[in-house]
Amino acid sequence: MFSYIVRKMLYAVPVIWGVVTIVFILMTIVPGDPARLMMGQRGDPETLARIRADLGLDLPIHKQYTRFLKDLVRGDLGVSYRNNEKVVDALMTRFGATLKLAFWAMVLAALLGILAGVVSAVKQYSIFDYSAMFIAISGISAPVFWVGLLLLLIFAYTLHLVPGVGYVPGDWRYFILPVITLGVRPAALIARLTRSCMLEVLTQDYIRTARAKGLRERIVIMRHALKNALIPVVTIIGTQVAELLSGAVLTETIFAWPGVGRLAVEALIARDFPMIRGTVIFMAVIFLVANLIVDISYGFIDPRIRYD
Amino acid sequence: MAKKSRSSGLWYEAWLRFKRNKLALLGLFMAASVILIAIFAPLIAPYDPVEQLIWTEGRQVRLASPSVKHWMGTDIYGRDILSRIIFGARISLQIGIFATIVSLLIGVPLGAIAGYTGGWVDDLISWLINVVFAFPFLLFVLAVIAVFQSPSLRVVYIAIGLVNWVGIARVVRAQFISLRDREFVEAAKALGLPRGKIIFKHILPNALAPVIVQATLGMGSIIMTEAGLAFLGFGAQPPTPSWGLMISEGQKYLSMGKWWWAIFPGLAIMYTVLAFNFLGDGLRDALDVRLKR
Repeated sequence: MFSYIVRKMLYAVPVIWGVVTIVFILMTIVPGDPARLMMGQRGDPETLARIRADLGLDLPIHKQYTRFLKDLVRGDLGVSYRNNEKVVDALMTRFGATLKLAFWAMVLAALLGILAGVVSAVKQYSIFDYSAMFIAISGISAPVFWVGLLLLLIFAYTLHLVPGVGYVPGDWRYFILPVITLGVRPAALIARLTRSCMLEVLTQDYIRTARAKGLRERIVIMRHALKNALIPVVTIIGTQVAELLSGAVLTETIFAWPGVGRLAVEALIARDFPMIRGTVIFMAVIFLVANLIVDISYGFIDPRIRYD
Repeated sequence: MAKKSRSSGLWYEAWLRFKRNKLALLGLFMAASVILIAIFAPLIAPYDPVEQLIWTEGRQVRLASPSVKHWMGTDIYGRDILSRIIFGARISLQIGIFATIVSLLIGVPLGAIAGYTGGWVDDLISWLINVVFAFPFLLFVLAVIAVFQSPSLRVVYIAIGLVNWVGIARVVRAQFISLRDREFVEAAKALGLPRGKIIFKHILPNALAPVIVQATLGMGSIIMTEAGLAFLGFGAQPPTPSWGLMISEGQKYLSMGKWWWAIFPGLAIMYTVLAFNFLGDGLRDALDVRLKR
């Protein structure tokens, strides 16, 4: 078990190295002079030269790269061109808001998706099945930001049930719409997957055996079928983390949510390259860690998985 | 000759299976309708998509609610929203098609080489695929766009293609791994055919079905990504009638109850993405392809 975890973590290392290298290359071939970007029109040649030296921009490219890697290992992602804020600090202040949003969106998606999927499978071809799957496929096909605006229009601007955009820590009413917006897509995917897995499991011999033993249908569904049907669902929850982070970029923009996604958009608008670099690397690493956790937890859920 | 009739038989059987699937046919119909609307946009659209009708119809045509004259209302500049949505189909499909071509141009050769060659070449390409997969899709596309000074439609589809190819490459690689030891490949090798000919002429045609499915399903996510980019201001620029851009422009007026500007383009996106999802699912079932999504 332990060696399995270590091996999985070692697999992630070259991928992380690839991620940071690609981001480094992208942000280095960007046209424009960062020193100018920081100083605007004010900078005299000497100041500009000093800034370039500070940032290591006067070094040859391979030296810049090793310096970047060294800083990264020490947890230093550089400073923002815009306001001299440390990128790591900005990420840490903003990550809490994103984490809360993504966490509740995932909880909502898992609960709603599994429930809808199970009921749809058990009552296959019923009205519920058809309408749930229609809603699910619509949820997968609708752009996240549009869903968010639609919810705002209906529940905030027309019915006045919830406040509009904004983030007030501790006030749960501000969480409702962003969480639903971000949760729609994963909920829809989980519902569809749960349904198809349940349908497959329900035809298995052990389900027939369980029924033949005279177990109540509810026990058969919950204990014998669902437990097995959920295994692939757990995997998709892992891959959904990436989608959730992409979705957070748009959701946070609509709801003026002070998270990492919005930080990334602000950095892009300002062409603040250290910040762009930092947010992209940060999100990719979060995704890899989430998948690592899913990989490892897989062994606990599915006893058929062997660790060697 | 015998080979030809057998392969057309396979495609014919797939079509028979496809025809029986109602959702697949619906998808085909919906996708065809979008394509036709895009092609014949100038004939179908009641107004010019960028014409500000305040000069001809007066000031009351600004943000006018849906009416007999303007079925989906007008925007703040007095432009007819229905006409803009009709012309917007051109932008979405254009990006969808060109980004798919870029993805195929990168993904097919890389996937084929990885799957056929194996060894360290496969390790290297697989590593690259895993790296690109590790990025949140939208954010990576945004980072690529940031490299270019000004966003244009060409930048958008190249950037999306540069990220989207990994899905294609994975599918092609898996196909080549399962096909590379088949007898017909052995035969081609025994004949001493050059490697490129074996890969592209003998194996690739047999690996096409999953690529078609993957590319079709990818259209939906590309169109969605384009909309997201335009919404954030990194895609199509005004006055381009891009659906995502229209939602972005219209969102300011939602709180005033002027919903039509932002809501109708979203329906158009949903309709188009739904079309390609139904079509892709239908093709997958008809071509009997097993894909990991």
